[in-house]
Formats: sequence, structure tokens, C-alpha cells
Amino acid sequence: MFGLNAKDARLYIIVLALLLFAPFLLNPFPEGSGLAQFNAGYPDMMQRLVIFGLFAVGFNILFGLTGYLSFGHAAFLGVGSYAGVWMFKLLTMNVIPALIISTLVAGLFSLLIGYISLRRSGIYFSILTLAFAQMCYSLAYSVLTPITGGETGLQLSLDDPRILGVQQTAQGNIPVPNLFGLPMNAATTLDVGAWSFTFSVGYYFAAFVFACAFYFTIRLFRSPFGLMLRAVKSNQSRMSYTGLNARPYTLAAFVISGMFAGLAGGLLVSMDPLAGAERMLWTASGEVVLMTILGGVGTLIGPILGAGVITYLEAIVSTINSTVLHNWFEALPDGLENFLVNIIYPFVGSGWHLTLGLVFVIVVCFLPGGIVEGGKRIGGLFTRKNKSSDSVKADSAAQPGPGE
Amino acid sequence: MGILEVKNINKRFGGLQALGDVNLDVQEGSCHAIIGPNGAGKSTLLNVLVGKLIPDTGTVMFENKPVLGRKPHEINQMGISRVFQTPEIFGDLTVMENMVIPILARRDGSFALHAISQLRNEKSLNEEAEQMLAEVNMLEKRNMQASSLSRGDKRRLEMAMCLVQQPRLLLLDEPTAGMARADTNNTIDLLKEIKEKRNITMAIIEHDMHVVFSLADRITVLAQGTPLVEDTPENIKGHPKVREAYLGEAQV
Amino acid sequence: MESIILQLLNGLDKGSAYALIALGLTLIFGTLGVVNFAHGALFMMGAFIAVTLNMLLGISFEVEDPTRTDFLGNVMMVDTPYVVHWFGESFGNFLIDWSVPISVVVAIPVMALIGVAMERGLIRFFYKRPHADQILVTFGLAIVLQEIIKAFYGANPIPTPAPDAFVGSFDVGRILGFDAFAIMYPYWRLVYFFFAAVIIGLVFAFLQFTTFGMVVRAGMADRETVGLLGIDIDKRFVTMFAIAAIVAGLAGVMYTPILSPNYHMGMDFLVLSFVVVVVGGMGSLPGAVAAGFLLGILQSFASMTWIIELIPGINQVVIYLVAIVILLTRPRGLMGRKGVMEE
Repeated sequence: MFGLNAKDARLYIIVLALLLFAPFLLNPFPEGSGLAQFNAGYPDMMQRLVIFGLFAVGFNILFGLTGYLSFGHAAFLGVGSYAGVWMFKLLTMNVIPALIISTLVAGLFSLLIGYISLRRSGIYFSILTLAFAQMCYSLAYSVLTPITGGETGLQLSLDDPRILGVQQTAQGNIPVPNLFGLPMNAATTLDVGAWSFTFSVGYYFAAFVFACAFYFTIRLFRSPFGLMLRAVKSNQSRMSYTGLNARPYTLAAFVISGMFAGLAGGLLVSMDPLAGAERMLWTASGEVVLMTILGGVGTLIGPILGAGVITYLEAIVSTINSTVLHNWFEALPDGLENFLVNIIYPFVGSGWHLTLGLVFVIVVCFLPGGIVEGGKRIGGLFTRKNKSSDSVKADSAAQPGPGE
Repeated sequence: MGILEVKNINKRFGGLQALGDVNLDVQEGSCHAIIGPNGAGKSTLLNVLVGKLIPDTGTVMFENKPVLGRKPHEINQMGISRVFQTPEIFGDLTVMENMVIPILARRDGSFALHAISQLRNEKSLNEEAEQMLAEVNMLEKRNMQASSLSRGDKRRLEMAMCLVQQPRLLLLDEPTAGMARADTNNTIDLLKEIKEKRNITMAIIEHDMHVVFSLADRITVLAQGTPLVEDTPENIKGHPKVREAYLGEAQV
Repeated sequence: MESIILQLLNGLDKGSAYALIALGLTLIFGTLGVVNFAHGALFMMGAFIAVTLNMLLGISFEVEDPTRTDFLGNVMMVDTPYVVHWFGESFGNFLIDWSVPISVVVAIPVMALIGVAMERGLIRFFYKRPHADQILVTFGLAIVLQEIIKAFYGANPIPTPAPDAFVGSFDVGRILGFDAFAIMYPYWRLVYFFFAAVIIGLVFAFLQFTTFGMVVRAGMADRETVGLLGIDIDKRFVTMFAIAAIVAGLAGVMYTPILSPNYHMGMDFLVLSFVVVVVGGMGSLPGAVAAGFLLGILQSFASMTWIIELIPGINQVVIYLVAIVILLTRPRGLMGRKGVMEE
């Protein structure tokens, strides 16, 4: 189906279904209940989930397949964001040209940076990409302020030209990003009993873009090109003695993943037309690395899972404050309540990054294969028979396990 | 005029003369063995031939085209394949995938961006890979991960990967090192068959004289980076200089 | 001429910090083969040892001061630090004033402990793992450490002053025969430079003149051979890691009067120090030191007004640009040896 084999097609259909029904699936708790804060089915959250999923899937094309660890991918996301906002300012509020330009500009940047960085490998490559990203960040913050808006970020204003659109709405407001007139922030709400489900244009548009990109990714993984990328990771010297030039392959992978990042950046500003330099900081690059690792490097579904978990946790954990904690442990004796609150408090709210760092360390130490690997191990506990370790290894390279 | 002509190759590593005035002339369709004691510069010579090392002086011509100055992948595209002493294979990939890569390299050249077409639809490619695997008796292992193969199987896989490229010159770096007698004989038979059926010129480095005398049409003896003699196997066997430099130690 | 000397001097203190951090980084990389992204966090923790000591020494309680009364005639309460109470006016105040230099003494065992804990608890499991894994785990560790500091000390920079004796500036110009006040250089920066020079000297002397240092240097040159000689390198590596941690920590302690410590200073310096190591040559100690000073000075020159007017933003990116050019033209770095992480 769709030119995919049965297993991939099944995976793709599952992902499509998840995307389609996300507003229901992510809103399991009734409105007003104590658990409602764990709901993720609101447009802003769902948009972030798919956008960062897209970012991580793209990053995985480079890191997962070729093994080249880039520490500067956030720069491409940032560049894409700026390019997108500039299209809104200069041309039109329609998101399509913005996304195209975001992707292309990020592609150009990654071509340039990749061309230089890929002349080295291993940690030198990581440090080169890191240096480039930091350079972009520093410049965006200082000299390039006319283009990037510096510290305040790049925003829309009423006197932007927008030559193909309107400068301002009839009410004198800044127009919102739209898809041929369909505003991104439009949404309808469906109330079922105590539940309230929101369907937003922005989310479904982002999900559609994601679905297309993911389809491309599956095809790429199973293509001769994908095989070559895995060959790069496996043994570069055999590759060159087999008559293959590794560099164009890695560069192509770098540019493709840079374009994914740019597209994600364009989507971010399509949902909220504001771009800031902090999106390019190297910790942001680190976060996408973590998403990929947490999910499972080199697998199709892994980066999506990783991005989902991190984005969700970030949103949920960082909103928990001491009042919320006290509410949770209300039933316990006071002493125990305070003790538990004090233990947990540093890890939630503004301490979210501490949790993130710990998760990072733990995953790298104990679960290098990420969630996919973990799922497989758990799955293996239940179906421990006939599968010899060889056959498991052989088809594990790029295929999701039972734990998906 | 040989298919491979090596002239006046010199290579120094610091104070060590690794190769001194090496000349070599490999005739098309022949099997040319390079023998010599450890440290004689045999592997260094192969490294020069495949572009891993750049010599200080000298020329290498393959089918009348210069080899030196080209990158390893370009040299391979000219038709030179190499089997390494320790098998260089794609350990993370399956045996089948290992086979498909050289076929793609032969078909598409050093780079081709087939990012959308699907590998599994490439019937002819898979058939060719399976056919080659069958020839080296590895068809039943096609779905195994290459790194989990035994040492002998890895070597056979590497050989198959080189052969499937249909090279015109095959360089073999101790293809039977560490093999049991039976395996060695299998390899000899395989190489003989390759030579006769496919008309591939071979240059082989080998310590095992049984292998050398079973296969070689001509033999060059290297010692301390310099060729001592080059002759037919019959003449080499009795050559006093060779006995002194090599056979005396190796006790064959 | 004055401005050139001034920029040279300005580059020295930053260069000293880069050199000290890079020295530890390259020691760890050269001996243990580990790429330590948490090294900047060690620098930051050193700085916060000084902050902590400064706070501890300043802990006060209220006492009645019979000599002073408020306008109602009540005796006034004044804050008196415990140390003043315990050790008397002059010595107590001396302790508080000199808290930063005193922190150096405290920092040595504390940083050694942190270093050993890091190596035994985490890093040693990664010696055989790929560099990517090392980068990732130490990156995660760096986040954890910096967030712990943030949880305790907040996100704002905490000013930690130098001893009064070193407040003010030194008129370098007059000594060199220029006009008075032409080249003013803060005393503490001068102290920092000399301090760094001493530390660097000590590390080199240690590696040069002790048996331990000899083994370590041999290990950096050829790890396998030394291992084959039956020398247990790994045991020495713990010590090496502790030394690197101490060097980074001390660099942080002494830097506090120059830059008020904040929780992300480690990350800020780390990226630059990595660049320094790469420029100097991975695994080369003299290279790290030379490149540290070189880049510090280069950065300070690039900050001169007329240069910024000529090439806007150059001060922000000059280090990265140099690193990129070096990596592409001379991957070994300025003084790197052949064979160390080439490619």
C-alpha cells in the first residue's frame, strides 16, 4: 500500500490514525477534574507535538542513519522561523509560501554549513556544527538585529508591506496566518458530557504536513539512498573501497534533515508568528538529540515517540507548582505530605530542565536504544520463543518493534 | 603490456623505507602473487594501489590510466576491488544488504540520490545478490546481521561483495589467513573458479605457500620494501635468493 | 600603541580562563579518550564554591550595639557575622574580605571529590562507548549540574567581590613609559593571570617531573602500549580526572570577581573551551594553553571599536571563525600530534 511494504504500511496507518484522533486521545480526562491538567488535547500542545516530531524525524535522518551527531540543528529551525516570519511580513499571511521559503532557506544554510562541517567526522563534526550554530545564535542576537529582531525577536507589525495580502484587518489588527483564507487559529469545540474536544485548523494542517514528511521518511529509509546512509554509519572505509563516495551521501542527508528542521521552524511561526534567537541556542539542539535518543535512534517511530514524550512532559511538568503538589498529597499526613512535596518540587515547575538532564543521562546509560528498544525488551519477555537473537538483530536495524 | 603497471614506487615512513623502487607488472588474466616476510611492504603496496597511501615517487597505471592521485572510491570505480586481511564489511547490515551495496555502486557510480525508489522493488538487483551469495554458499545466511557471522563467513562475504562488482583486478590481502585447511582449500577452489570463469586478474598477498603455488602464475618476492625477484612459481621454488630471504624462515 | 597593549592585557584574563578549562579538557581527552561536555559545569561549580564560602562567612546574627541608639533612644541592633564574633574584629573581617582566595583552599578537596565522583560514578562506564555516547551523557550531566546550582542559587548572577586590597586598577601605562592613566588594568585581572600561570606551571611540572606524570604522558601518546606494559592506567585516570576537575574548579573560583557567577556560565565557557582545544590540537597540552591565550587576545582585539565598525559582529564570531578555518586547513590543530583523532 502506498508503495510501502505491509509492516511499514501498518505503521504509517497507525501514525495517521493517531494524528487524526489526537484531539480525543490526548484528552482522556473530563474537564474540571483534578486530572484535567494532564490533558494534552489543546491546539497549542498538539501543534508542538507534531512540529517537534517533524524536527526529530528529520534529525534522525542524519544522526540515526549516518551516525553523524550534529549539535547545531536548532540553527536550521531558527533560520526557518525567521524566513517564515519574513514571508508573512513581506508577501502574504498565507502559510504555503512561508513554509516553502522556510524549507528552502534552511536547505541553503544546511548546504553551506554541511559542506564545510562534513569535511570532518566524529567529534570534530559535532564541534564544527556546534560552532556554526553558536555563531548563528550570536549574530542573530547582535549584528543581525535588523533581520532577526535581536532580543525581542522578530514580530509582525501593522505597517509590514504584505504586498499580496492586507496590511491590517478591517478592525485594524495584524492579520493571522492562514491557509488560503482559513485562519490557523480557527477551531471548533465538541462537548461530549464532561469532555470538551477542540479541533483546530492549525493542528490539522501541521498534522497533514507531518504526515507527508513522515511518508517521505519511510520511503527514504527503505530506499537505496537510505541503505547507503546506513552503510556510512557502519563502515566508511569499506564504502569507499566499494566505489562509493560517502560525502555526497552525508551532505544530502544533512541537507534533507536541515530542510525538515526549517519546515518545522516555518510551521512554528505559522502557528504563532514570532521568531526568537533562543530557538537556535545549543541547548535547543541538545533537546532534539535527546528526543531522538529517547525514542530510539535510527528507528522510524522512535523520534516521534521521543519528541512526544519530551514535549508533553515539558508542558505538563513545568506547570506543576507547589500548590498542585500539595493538592496531590493532601490525603497524607502533614509531615509526609511536606516531605514528598519537598522531594518532588525541585524536579517540577522551573526545575523541568533538571528532570530533562536526568532523563538524558539515564537513557544514554541504561537504554541506548531508547523507548523502541525498551518496548522490544518488554515485548521479548512475553514472546520469548523461536526468535533467535540473530534474526531479531537483523531486522531491528530500521524497523519499529512490538513496543510501538 | 600488463593490466597493472607499477613503476619506481618509493615510500618512506620517517626513517623507514617501506617501499623502495618497487616495479610490478601484472598481466591481464593472470594471478600474480606477492610474497615476502613480515614487514616486507606487501600491505603498504596494496594500500598504495587502492589509494589509501600516497607514495613519495612513482607511477601506477591501470589499463593505461593513472591511478595515483585518485581517491579510493574513484580507483574502485576504475575496476579495482580489494579484499582485506581483516574483513571490511558493513557489520550493522544484513548479508543481503551488504551484497546490494556493491551492486548499486556498480550500477549508479559513486553517488546517486535514489531517495524515493524502493529497494525491495529492485528485483534484478536482489536476484543478482542472491545468485552471488549462492556461489559462495551463503544464501541461507542472507538475513543474518553481518557482524554476527563467523570469521570465515565474513571473509567469504567480503569476497562475494568484491566479485559482484565484476572488477577487472582483484587484490587479495591474505585471503586464507587464520583459516582451517578445509576452508583454505575451498577458498583456493573458489579463486581458481573465479579466475577461469570470470577472467578476473588477481594480485594476491599470501603467506601460505600452498595457496600461492596452487594459484599463482607469477610471483614477486618482496624483502624490506624492494622486489628481489619476479618469476614463475617453478623458478621461484628453487631460487637461492628467495630461500635465503623468505623460505628459509617460513619453513615450507 | 596604548590601545594595542590594553587589548592584549584585556585578552589575558579571558585567555587564562580558556587556557585553564581547555587544559583540563584536553587532559581528560588525551588520557581517558573521553569528550567531556560537563567540563564547563566543573568551572561553574568552582565559581559557586567561592559564592558559597562568601555567603557562609557572611552569615550574621543580630547583637545590640551599645554605642549607637536610634532616634527613640533604644539601643540599635546591628548584624554581626559569626566569624567576626568568633575571631574578633580584624581577623573576622579579613576572612570575609578574602573569601575568594580562601575558597581556593576549600575548592581543591571539594573539586577533587566531585571529579572522582563523576569519574567513578558515570564517566568510567563510557570509556569503551562511542564518542557520540560520551558527548550525550556528559551533556546530560552538565544540564543536571547546572540545574542543581540553579535550584539552590537562583538564576541571577551573584556578585562576589575580590579582597579590598585588589580593588582598583593598576597603571600599566606609567610603568611602560606612557602617559599616566593611559592603560589601566584592574589588579584582580592581573592576579588572575598570574594565578593561571602558576596553575599551568604546576600541572606541567607535575606531568614532566613525576613518575606518575610520565606514565600519563606515555598513556596520552600510546594508550595500548602502556597498558601492555602492565601499568594500570585506569587507576591513574581517576587521579587525572580529579586534577582536571581541580584545575577547572580553581579557574572558576578565581574568576568570580571578574564575572558574577550564574548557573549557565559553565556552558558559555565550555563551547569556547572546546573550540580552544580543537584549535590547539586535541590531546596537546601546550596547544591548549597557547590557543587559550591566543583566542582570548584575538577576541579582545576583535572587540576594538574600529574593528567592529569595519566588520560588524566580528567580536561575537571571531573565535568560531578561527576554529572553522583551523579545522578545515589543519585538522590536527596548531600543536596536535599526528594520529590523535584525525579524520
